[in-house]
Amino acid sequence: MNALRRNVLKGATGAGAVAVAVAAGLLKPTQVLAAPRSAFEAKDLAGAMSGLGATGAAESKDITIKAPDIAENGAVVPVEVTSAIAGTSSIAIIAEKNATPLVADFDLMGGTQPFISTRIKMGQTALVRAVVTAGGKNYTATKEVKVTIGGCGG
Amino acid sequence: MAEPMRIRATMAGDAADVKVLMNHPMETGLRKDAKTGQLVPAHYISEVTAALNGTPVLKGGMSGGVSKNPYLGFKIKGAKAGDKVTVNWVDNTGDKNSAEATIA
Repeated sequence: MNALRRNVLKGATGAGAVAVAVAAGLLKPTQVLAAPRSAFEAKDLAGAMSGLGATGAAESKDITIKAPDIAENGAVVPVEVTSAIAGTSSIAIIAEKNATPLVADFDLMGGTQPFISTRIKMGQTALVRAVVTAGGKNYTATKEVKVTIGGCGG
Repeated sequence: MAEPMRIRATMAGDAADVKVLMNHPMETGLRKDAKTGQLVPAHYISEVTAALNGTPVLKGGMSGGVSKNPYLGFKIKGAKAGDKVTVNWVDNTGDKNSAEATIA
């Protein structure tokens, strides 16, 4: 009985945020995010990739990353990812040398096109990596961004 | 209570171009306060969802690696003028906010 109670409590912390979305009627309880929270806590690229379940993703020229060659301010680096791969269902953005490399991961559904535009922080010059999931397979592409002033420190 | 967020949705060809600006400090938890030398506690948006007329179209997770006051742009095919786009976010402290826009 105690063990059950423990599980319920453990579940409650992680499920809190999801529960809100469920209550708002946006998420069906059966839907789960592609990337677990642990992927966001990974401290290196390999950890982030395995957290995404994308270890060994194939390099693809069909993914376009639009980001500046040189970012003057690492705190705000505009990044746009477009995938030309049919059936793209999720796009993740990784800044390889950040303390926690996985920056964001988006699941696309309904009529959402395989395009994401956002702004990320980069601690230092590094590759920005996009990971695209399409039809159960993972594809990846990179673009180097030189950072003159890092955006992760104080 | 979180500050209001800005959302704009316009038709561009056969897709709706949605742009969202969320007001949020996006603290990674790794930054030190310049005055006290103490780490600033992590405070970032962890989850974002978007819906078109109530049907989910995008669901995302974020870390503190997204810039302060996050910007998010995406395109929804098959949407039409007058449709409603709703964006919700939840942060790691449980704070949340949402905004709705009518596609113009």
